[in-house]
Amino acid sequence: MEKLLLLGDEAIAQAAIDAGLSGIFGYPGTPSTEIIEYIQASKEAKQKNIRSSWASNEKTAMEAALGMSYAGKRAMFTCKHVGMNVAADPFMNSAITGVNGGLVYISADDPSMHSSQDEQDSRYYAFWAKIPILEPSNQQEAYDMIHEAFELSEKFRIPVMLRITTRLAHSRAGVVIRQDKREQNQIGIPENPKQFILLPVNARRQYKELLAKQEGLEEASTKSVFNHYYEGENKSIGIIACGLSFNYLMENFTQTKCTYPILKITQYPIPTEMVKKLYQECDSILVLEEGQPLFEEKLKGFLNNGKKIMGRLDGTLSIDGELNPAKVGKALGLKVSEGLPVPELVAPRPPKLCEGCPHADTYRALNEAVADFSKGRVFADIGCYTLGALPPYNAINTTVDMGASITMAKGASEAGFQPAIAVIGDSTFTHSGMTGLLDCVVDNTPVTIIILDNSITAMTGSQKSSATGRIESICEGIGVAKEHIRVITPLKKFHEENVRIMKEEIAYQGVSVIIPRRECLVWLNKKRKEEKQRQKQQE
Amino acid sequence: MKIDIILCGVGGMGALSSAAIISQAALEMGMYMKQAETHGMAQRGGDVQSHLRLSDKEIASDLIPDGQCDIIISVEPMEALRYLPFLNKEEGWVITNENPFINIPNYPEKEEVLAEVRKVKNSIVFNADKIALDLGNPKGTNMVVLGAASKYLKIDLEKLENAVRSIFGKKGDAVVMANINALRAGREVADKI
Ligand SMILES: Cc1ncc(C[n+]2csc(CCOP(=O)(O)OP(=O)(O)O)c2C)c(N)n1
Ligand code: SF4
Repeated sequence: MEKLLLLGDEAIAQAAIDAGLSGIFGYPGTPSTEIIEYIQASKEAKQKNIRSSWASNEKTAMEAALGMSYAGKRAMFTCKHVGMNVAADPFMNSAITGVNGGLVYISADDPSMHSSQDEQDSRYYAFWAKIPILEPSNQQEAYDMIHEAFELSEKFRIPVMLRITTRLAHSRAGVVIRQDKREQNQIGIPENPKQFILLPVNARRQYKELLAKQEGLEEASTKSVFNHYYEGENKSIGIIACGLSFNYLMENFTQTKCTYPILKITQYPIPTEMVKKLYQECDSILVLEEGQPLFEEKLKGFLNNGKKIMGRLDGTLSIDGELNPAKVGKALGLKVSEGLPVPELVAPRPPKLCEGCPHADTYRALNEAVADFSKGRVFADIGCYTLGALPPYNAINTTVDMGASITMAKGASEAGFQPAIAVIGDSTFTHSGMTGLLDCVVDNTPVTIIILDNSITAMTGSQKSSATGRIESICEGIGVAKEHIRVITPLKKFHEENVRIMKEEIAYQGVSVIIPRRECLVWLNKKRKEEKQRQKQQE
Repeated sequence: MKIDIILCGVGGMGALSSAAIISQAALEMGMYMKQAETHGMAQRGGDVQSHLRLSDKEIASDLIPDGQCDIIISVEPMEALRYLPFLNKEEGWVITNENPFINIPNYPEKEEVLAEVRKVKNSIVFNADKIALDLGNPKGTNMVVLGAASKYLKIDLEKLENAVRSIFGKKGDAVVMANINALRAGREVADKI
C-alpha cells in the first residue's frame, strides 16, 4: 500500500494519471491551479505522454478536452469557479452531445472569496446541464472519485463534474494510491456519426437522450458508495451533509456519538429515495452544504409547506461564507468551544505589489499622465495589477471579470467619457482581451489600452502566458496602427519618457496600445534558481 | 493523542516550511495528519497561515475548530494575535518571534503588540531574529521559533531534526546543519523558561 501526502488538487491529478488520462486542459485559477501543475511536473505523466500545457482560456480548454474525448481518449478540464462562466457555452452543449472517451470537468469553488470576486457554486451549472456531480469530502475520496468519474462518464456517455472547494484543494492529507494503473484508451471516434453535430434535428434527439439518462444517473447515486445513510435514534433532526460539510459535522462528534440520522451526499443527481426516507423519519431537516443553498432550495420547494427545513435560507447557518466546525455545531445547538478575541490593535495586512514590481512603475507613470483629467477613467482587469486599486497607487477604477477592462473602456468612451483607459495583464489579454480589442478597432473607438507584459501569469504563481512574444503581432494583426503600438520599459529612470508617451497616446483619437514590458520579479527569481539548479546538476 | 497547530507569519518568512517539517516528522511517526494552507497571494507580503492537525485517530475537519488549537507558532508577533480565536485559552501556547515585520502604514506600537501576546496565559515571546543572526543564519528565524515550540509539541526534537535532514538533504550538509543548530538554539530558550 502506497500512501502519499497530497493536496486535494494533487490527489486529483495523481488519480487522473492512474485512471488512464490522455490529456488535461485548463487555465490557471486559485484554488485549481495545482492540479495541472502537478501533472506538468510529474515524471510519470511525461513518460505516459499526457498533454498538460496551459490553454489561453477556459473555453478553449474545455473545447479541446471535448475534442480529445471525441477521439476516444480520457480527458480532464480544470478551472476555478468563475472559469465555468467563460466555458459555459461548451459546458452546456457538451451535456447535449455527450462524450466518447471519459470526460471529467473539475471546478474549484472559493466560498468566502479567499482569492476570488464571487462565491458562485458550480453545482448549479451541473444541475442546469443535467450532468452528474461528485463532491469529495476529503483527499482520499477525491482520489477515488476521479476513477469513478471516468467510469460514470464512459458508462453514461456524459461529462461528469467533480466539484471541490478551497479547503479541500489546498489541504494536505495521506492518500492511498492504487497500484493497478489503467492504460490509456485507444483512439476511436463515436459510433453514432451524428452525436456531435448539434443541428436542431440532432440536438432535439440528443436532448431527449440526455433526459432519458437521468433515471440511470439517479440510480447510480442511490447505489453509490459515496452516498451513505447513517441511521440514528434521535429523529428530532435529520441531517443532510453535502461534501466537505460532513467533516465539519463529524468534528463536533469526536467525544460523543451523533445520534441524529445523517445522509451524506457526495454524488448527484440527488438520490430522491434516500432523501425521502430521511424526511419521513425525522421531524425536521438540517441541510449542511458548502457554497450556496442548492440542496436546501430543492428540498424546500417554492411554497415550503412541509416539515421545518433548516440551513442557509432560514438563517440557521449564514447565507454566505464557508462553513467551519463551529458554525455547524451552533446550527445543531451544541455548545462549541471558543478561543480569545482578536485584540483590537491587530491591523489587516492586505497583499500588495512586490517591492520593485514593474506594475508599480507603470501606475506611477499613469497616475501622472491622467492627473489633468477628472477622476474615474482607468478600467482595469484581474491580475497582480489589480492591487493598483490600493494605496499608495489608487490608480484604477474598475475590476469586474477577465477581459472587461478593454470593453468597459470602450463603452465608457462611446458614452462620451473620454479619455478612457484600459489596463490589462498579458495573460488576461490573450485570455479574453483580444476580441474586445477587435471591437475597438472595428468601431475605431478612442481608447488607450495598456497591456502589462511581465512575461508570465503572475497572480496565480508564475504560469506560462500565451501572450509572451506575441503581443505586438496580435495587436497589429487585429488592426491597431503600428505607430500606435508603443513599447515602454517601466523603470524609474524612464519615468518622464513613459509619462510623455502615455500622454501622447491618450490624446490620440483612436485605438492605441501601450505595452510596458519588464519581467515579474518573482518569476525572474524562480527562473534564476531553476537555472542554478540545472547548472549544478550538469556539473 | 492529538495536536492542533497554527503556523503563521507573513509571506516569505518560512512559516510554511516549518509546517512541512512538522508534517514530515508526524508522517514518520505514523500519525494521521491534515494540513490546510492559505495559498495564492502570499508572495506579496500578505499574511499566511497553515492549520496543521496531527492525531493518532482519523481527523475529520481540515480546519481547527475555534478554541481548540494547542499551539500557535509565529514568526511575527501581530500575526500570532490574528489567530487567537482558534487558541485553547486555558491550555494553548503562543510561541512567537518578538520583532514586527512592518509593511503596512498602520502597524501598531511594538510594545502594545507584545503586551497583548503576554496577556495570553501561556506564551513565549523572544528575539528569535537575533538568535538566528548570532548563528550566522539570518533566514533561520522560523527554525529558532520552531525549536522553542518543540518543547510543547509532543514531538521529540530528534524527530524534527530528522525531518530537517530529509527535507533539506538535497541542499547539502551545510544547510541541514544550519537549520538543526537554529532548532537547537530555539529549544534552549524554551528549556530555560
Ligand atoms: C475566468 C477567470 N479565470 C481565471 C481567473 C484567475 N486569474 C485571475 S488573474 C489571472 C491571470 C493574471 O495574469 P496576467 O493578466 O498576466 O497578470 P499578472 O498577474 O501577471 O500581473 C488569473 C489566472 C479568474 N479570476 N477568472
Ligand atoms: S508577483 Fe510579479 S507581477 Fe505580481 S506583484 Fe510581484 S513582481 Fe509584480
